[in-house]
Amino acid sequence: MVRLNFFLILIVLACALSLVSANHRSRKLFTELEAVQKRMRDLDVEWGQLQLEQSTVAAHVRVEKAAREKLGMKQPAPGQIISVEAAPGN
Amino acid sequence: MKPIKFSKSPLLSERLPPWRQRLVLVVLLGAFGVLIGRSLYLQGFNNEFLGDKGRARFERVIDISATRGRITDRHGDVLAVSTPVRSIWAIPEDAQLTPAQARNLAALLDLDVRELNRKLGSEADFTYVKRQLPPELAEQVMALKLPGIHQKNEYRRYYPGGEVMAHMLGFTGVEDVGQEGIELAFNGQLAGKPGSRRVIKDRRGNVVEDVESKRPPLEGKDIVLALDSKVQYLAYSYLKQALEQHRAKAGGVVVLDAGSGEILALANLPTYNPNNRVKLVGAQLRNRALTDTFEPGSTLKPFTAALALEQGKVRFDTPIQTAPGKMTIGSATIHDAHMHGTLTVAQVIQKSSNVGAAKLALAMKAEDMWVMFDSLGFGAPLKLGFPGEVGGRLRPVKTWRPIEQATMAYGHGISVTLMQLAQAYLAFARDGDLVPISLARLDVPPQRGRQVFSAQTAREVRSMLEMAVQPGGTAPRAQIAGYRVAGKTGTAHKLEGGAYANKYIAAFVGFAPVSEPRLIVAVMIDEPSAGKYYGGEVAAPVFAQVMAGSLRTLGVAPDAPQKPLLMTGAEPVKEEM
Repeated sequence: MVRLNFFLILIVLACALSLVSANHRSRKLFTELEAVQKRMRDLDVEWGQLQLEQSTVAAHVRVEKAAREKLGMKQPAPGQIISVEAAPGN
Repeated sequence: MKPIKFSKSPLLSERLPPWRQRLVLVVLLGAFGVLIGRSLYLQGFNNEFLGDKGRARFERVIDISATRGRITDRHGDVLAVSTPVRSIWAIPEDAQLTPAQARNLAALLDLDVRELNRKLGSEADFTYVKRQLPPELAEQVMALKLPGIHQKNEYRRYYPGGEVMAHMLGFTGVEDVGQEGIELAFNGQLAGKPGSRRVIKDRRGNVVEDVESKRPPLEGKDIVLALDSKVQYLAYSYLKQALEQHRAKAGGVVVLDAGSGEILALANLPTYNPNNRVKLVGAQLRNRALTDTFEPGSTLKPFTAALALEQGKVRFDTPIQTAPGKMTIGSATIHDAHMHGTLTVAQVIQKSSNVGAAKLALAMKAEDMWVMFDSLGFGAPLKLGFPGEVGGRLRPVKTWRPIEQATMAYGHGISVTLMQLAQAYLAFARDGDLVPISLARLDVPPQRGRQVFSAQTAREVRSMLEMAVQPGGTAPRAQIAGYRVAGKTGTAHKLEGGAYANKYIAAFVGFAPVSEPRLIVAVMIDEPSAGKYYGGEVAAPVFAQVMAGSLRTLGVAPDAPQKPLLMTGAEPVKEEM
């Protein structure tokens, strides 16, 4: 009887400890999840800012100005445009 | 005194009365019972209070903010995006700053010290010190560790397109709620709903466990507009050029996709910069293409001709006598500025004869004209959801007098918005049917719309409109090299205080390529005052520039042989007003 009780106590103790460790592990994983989620939000914000920057840099006003002034490009006159047929299969 | 052992104490030999023993027992049992009762009460019946107290020690409810959706054009280019900013706020009662601290804070925030002290000296419980700061700057402020100064996360909306897209997109207020344009029209979808969740925090303030998600945040949805930012830029810049050249007061351009009814561009001038709305006046805010009506003038003539063709009253080449260039109906007389003599129906449109159009109108029933105008969408708002959208004026048919029926045939006595006019031309650009116009990109274009004219009529009107931009028409300047173009000019006196003033509105609506129309461009220029004011001289060149640029941008194949089409120096026929 005493031995059985002792045995049961050991089992209970082991269960209790494993519960504690499982809880600890779950919290650690949760912290990790939080950190990753925060990073996701930060990256999303950064993406938005980069899109904004891209739109600003690629603004048509800017591109046109650069093309005309820096690169000396101009619109072709109507006679200079030759339209080509797309090859079959394209 | 000799000690007495306890067992020998004489007190013990004295018998106590039995009631005392029982009294003690009862009292002790009673007290025990009270304790059990109390603990039962606390743990079983009224466990909320202590439970809350306990949870308050380790649980926190945190708010999760939701970002407002982005607005992009049809190719995914971002037109409006929210990024986080911080606002610095204060509890004036707690914010007792030393003069040095106040100076530091004011310098960081770029504020006047007196202004800052006034804010911090106010009676209110809460005051914003400065709103919408970059996060890094807010961190610097918080690093000063001033009493009573706090920060709050907010969002700010940025519009990389600036003034080019201003009227289309509108803007949001400081609370991130839409106030104009798309931002207002689609506010329900764009705005997110902030959520909250309950978590357990540890001693250091880290979240260690999610207890429950009270309300998941609802992120704002992204909106994909039908707008093509390149076409929009073309429309805006050519309109701006024309306004400067003709010293006009205002103007608008609308570009529609004839196949799907999508709005590819909507530009208005004067405009404003949505990122910096400090000196904003009402005139800049007006989305003229949707909220301002004007008398469309001759741009309505093709509809009159179409109805006459549709009813079989005339054919394409039926001759109409327009001599002697004027016509009296009741007490009023309508004029053509030039005498044209006998014209065919097609030439009435090409040369834009008022008398010819009036004669066509008077051959028809007023009810039929009203039904046509109504089914083209005149007189009723488009219901795009834009703020301040108006429907123009189309009077009930019962009140029409014959002179009014005649003037409406050439676009007077009726008023429309530029967008309505562009939409009505869909009927010609398509095979006589109207599809609803759309702000948002459509993944599946509508197949067939509401039939207003037969396909045959639409085809005939298309060729009349093509004649109008050819030599002998009112708008040779609307031509584009490489493409067949069709369209109609309009020049109308402005109504001021009920009378026609010596101010004009020049308009042009047209489409290209005629062989298979892809785009409709409508141009309206208000009060050109540099000498020229005819639609064919002021609005048609803008149409040609916007159309040519847009067709090239969209990669539409040319449908006209490359020959010297441009009539340099050819004077357009003066149209009638």
